[in-house]
Amino acid sequence: MDFRARSHPSWIGFAVHRVSGLLLALFLPLHFWALGSAIQGEARLDGFLRWAENPLVKLVETGLVILLAAHLAGGLRVMALEFLGWGREQKDLVAASFGLSLLVGLVFLFNVF
Amino acid sequence: MADRAARGQANLWVVQRITAMILALAVLVHLVTILLAMRGGLSAREILARTQGSEAWLGFYVVFALAAGLHGAIGLRNIAGETLGWRGRGLDFCWLALGLLAAAFGIRAAFGLYD
Repeated sequence: MDFRARSHPSWIGFAVHRVSGLLLALFLPLHFWALGSAIQGEARLDGFLRWAENPLVKLVETGLVILLAAHLAGGLRVMALEFLGWGREQKDLVAASFGLSLLVGLVFLFNVF
Repeated sequence: MADRAARGQANLWVVQRITAMILALAVLVHLVTILLAMRGGLSAREILARTQGSEAWLGFYVVFALAAGLHGAIGLRNIAGETLGWRGRGLDFCWLALGLLAAAFGIRAAFGLYD
């Protein structure tokens, strides 16, 4: 297998977008179902939120927030590519999308702990 | 037949891009709301005070859930087609049904926040 094409920043951007999309699509029905079940009055929702206070849950949530931000930023890059055409700045956009998603994840981490 | 398949593919591409544009805005609002709400901890009272009786939040979450359900299902369909070779109209309908089911779970949650 020729790995040269896969060391390009745009391929890494594609791979991150695909993996984050896959994980988010699998998580989405669980997220909606759990929320829909938890939102049955204030007491039940508070019980769910207390469960979410567990540090392990917070770490998983941080990962999900990073995945969401990465998929958002990577998606904007894909649409810029499709609607505005290929440009030299694609590499910069990949870097910017990674930076943005890590920043969002860090802000989330500081807020939850 | 091939023409119809190509048209179907193009339609899915359009739906994927329209939902992506809706989601770009919705996810941004969602992330900002999460980051603001997490400051000082979450409470049910705080969340419900924002959403209960608010048609604006209900509308936002219903559109968000529908766009996310469809976008996720089309994405899974594309990945399954490219990596596993799972293709065909029957499978397309299955993905659509799964996407709408996920969206229905989200819409149920949105009404829970509104009531």
